[in-house]
Amino acid sequence: MDKKVFEGVKVLDFGWVIAGPMTLKYLADYGATVVNLESSQHPDLLRTSAPFKDNLPEIDNSGYFAYLAGNKYSVTLDLNQPKGFEIAKKLVGWADIVADSHRPGVLENWGLSYAEMKKINPDIILIRNSNQGQTGPAAKQPGLGNHINGLAGIVNMVGWPNKEPISLQVAYSDYVVPHFAAAVLIGALDYRRRTGKGQELDISQLEVGLNLFAPNLVNYPGAYVDESLKGNSCEYAAPHSIYRCKGEDRWCAISVFTDEEWQAFCKAVGQPAWVNNSKFATVVNRKKNENQLNELVETWTLQHNPEDVMHLLQKAGVSAGTVENTHDLSDDPQLKERECFWTAQHEVLGNFSYLGQASRLSETPAKLYRNAPRMGEHTEYVCREFLKMPQEEFDACLMEGIFI
Amino acid sequence: MANTAEMMSGYRVLDLTNENGYLCGKILGDMGADVIKIEPPRGDSGRKIGPFYRQVPDMEKSLYWYAYNLNKRGITLDIETEDGRQILSRLIKKADFLIESYPTGYLDKLGLTFAKIHELNPRIVMTSITPFGRTGPYKDYKGSDLVVMAMSGLMYITGDPDTAPLRISFPQAFLLASAHAAAASMIAHYYRETCGQGQYVDVSAQECALWEIANGIPLWQVNKILYKRAGSFLSGRWSDTKQRLLWRCKDGFVSFYILGGPSGIKTNQAITKWMAEKGEIPDYLKTYDWRTLDMLKQTQEMQDRLEKPIGEFFLRYTKAELYLESFKRGIMLYPVCNAKDIRENDQLKARKYWVNIEHSELGTTITYPGAFAKLSETPLTFKKRAPLIGEHNLEIYEQELGMSKSELAILHQSGVI
Repeated sequence: MDKKVFEGVKVLDFGWVIAGPMTLKYLADYGATVVNLESSQHPDLLRTSAPFKDNLPEIDNSGYFAYLAGNKYSVTLDLNQPKGFEIAKKLVGWADIVADSHRPGVLENWGLSYAEMKKINPDIILIRNSNQGQTGPAAKQPGLGNHINGLAGIVNMVGWPNKEPISLQVAYSDYVVPHFAAAVLIGALDYRRRTGKGQELDISQLEVGLNLFAPNLVNYPGAYVDESLKGNSCEYAAPHSIYRCKGEDRWCAISVFTDEEWQAFCKAVGQPAWVNNSKFATVVNRKKNENQLNELVETWTLQHNPEDVMHLLQKAGVSAGTVENTHDLSDDPQLKERECFWTAQHEVLGNFSYLGQASRLSETPAKLYRNAPRMGEHTEYVCREFLKMPQEEFDACLMEGIFI
Repeated sequence: MANTAEMMSGYRVLDLTNENGYLCGKILGDMGADVIKIEPPRGDSGRKIGPFYRQVPDMEKSLYWYAYNLNKRGITLDIETEDGRQILSRLIKKADFLIESYPTGYLDKLGLTFAKIHELNPRIVMTSITPFGRTGPYKDYKGSDLVVMAMSGLMYITGDPDTAPLRISFPQAFLLASAHAAAASMIAHYYRETCGQGQYVDVSAQECALWEIANGIPLWQVNKILYKRAGSFLSGRWSDTKQRLLWRCKDGFVSFYILGGPSGIKTNQAITKWMAEKGEIPDYLKTYDWRTLDMLKQTQEMQDRLEKPIGEFFLRYTKAELYLESFKRGIMLYPVCNAKDIRENDQLKARKYWVNIEHSELGTTITYPGAFAKLSETPLTFKKRAPLIGEHNLEIYEQELGMSKSELAILHQSGVI
């Protein structure tokens, strides 16, 4: 018998793209009932994002959507029709938690502000994920995670010394939010359990993102922060870089912090003479002669594949690792052993790998209970089973085109 | 409607982390938990990490320490001594959480296994943050930030195609893992509160950082497309066509991209309308019908033709000018900000994001990034700056554990506290 932490916890998700739905993944993977409210007229951006099964961009074919949407139910509803809106309100009444990740104001336009929701469900918890928060002059400014990466200062920390910064290709800041948001959402759920009080949680992707380099933002009169681009170097370690290895576009990371590690490194790579070279004997000297040191290290790594470099150095007590591409990650023995990805037979995508959870709970492990839903797959189930809607009423709504 | 309730008040966290885990306890502390940071008697290793207050390297002036240990009390304790472990056992009996980020096996060697800790306190949630997790063939591998980022996918796709992969220079892997650890600990907390049973939470930084590869895994598994480095472009999602993401402007860079489909059309139309109003647009772009843009079929030649005049347009304006006008027109364009830009950001000011915290030991007040969430009923609060070394020893050892002054004197002189 599985022990589900969130057994019986009901969530209605007005979700959109990544940060919001990923927050609820934390609940769904531990047993909550999460209903994703969708619209075929305004499909989620992930449903229209690659990869697609057989490269056909159809609504149920996106591997991106599926990758993050395991364990969730999908309902389609036209909120612009009075009956559709009425059903949405019933779902608000059914839920313990409502989640919103639309642009601030969209829920209000539908007539579903927090105040309205409280009328339906007085102890509701409403969590709202947005780019810049629900209030303030920029609240309604449209944008995606790739834009917020720049606004939140992440992009300014990627690049080689004296060159231009380089962008991240992914919506980095989107994937940061769920950790923080889930912590506080579960806190709110527990607080409600103890006190009976719900609340509204307003989460700004920008504000969360700044936690990832908070020390550089600490401010006082005369504060100075070095924001020069640093490549892969570290102020107090060398060698500390990415080195080219044998093979096409193959690389490894090596980071040596202490003299002891340096000596172990030299021994492991069969260059005991390097230890006696005063240019590299201490961390101060290694930093001073870092370019020369990096060239030397690379003459060695070029003769080996990155996995061999990693295993050899790790055995010697030096931190080293393969720069893994997505193929490497798919075959990574550590990730495999820990079942980092959950595989299942998906009716559209075939044998499919879902993103699992990044930790293991000894008593209540997370797992894949159900496949990612086709759009609207559970509309009837949710209306009939969760809302106890009579069959005739459901059929009438279906005929009227409410469930689109 | 003043309300000072805190969602986690009354719960105690023993924080045995180093710099690989500070943020976890900080998040729980912001939520109101009583977090006790336990340091070795000479101070935690993370106190050596810069930047430093007034650029003075000092164990009591690390801004890294300051920023990630707000809202904690601090005690010193040498858990490598038997006396130290006995005191820790007493603390464990009264705690709700224990979080740690030692190398795998370190606590086990000291006899502080989860089984032992659980025996002392069956309700406790114990969370370990390690580079690769506590199981599997790499469990004992050393994972610096560079190595964990290398082994989790984002790095391979960051940088120019012909040069080495790049990391984010401010170490990220263990911050992501620490934030995840806070959420995972809260899951175990919720379970404990419903049934009384504590458990062990094993967090892998590699798996946390892996989230950041976005659709990379399904892209490989479904379509056998490998995400690759593309400099400041997006590539690999739709076709071989690259889309520029980072653009030079007069005084820096802005993020902007030509997004296909219904999500992009408004921005695309608005940017060409603006260029047309300024008379800074070639005819072919002025008359281009954005509704016909299909990124699945877009050729590089056509993409370059669309991007070239937009890039020239951006060069004529500063990032502030571009952001302000984009703001008015609803264009998805954002500046690439540095620390100064962020401190001056009007939105953050309007939301009263920054918090001022008194540092009486320095005779000054320091401004910190504030609440990561705004909560209507139980707002996150900032009560105290990061602790000095052993600052709360008396408060906790004498007043809470009831240890005598003479006992404390022995423990102090023998280096236990």
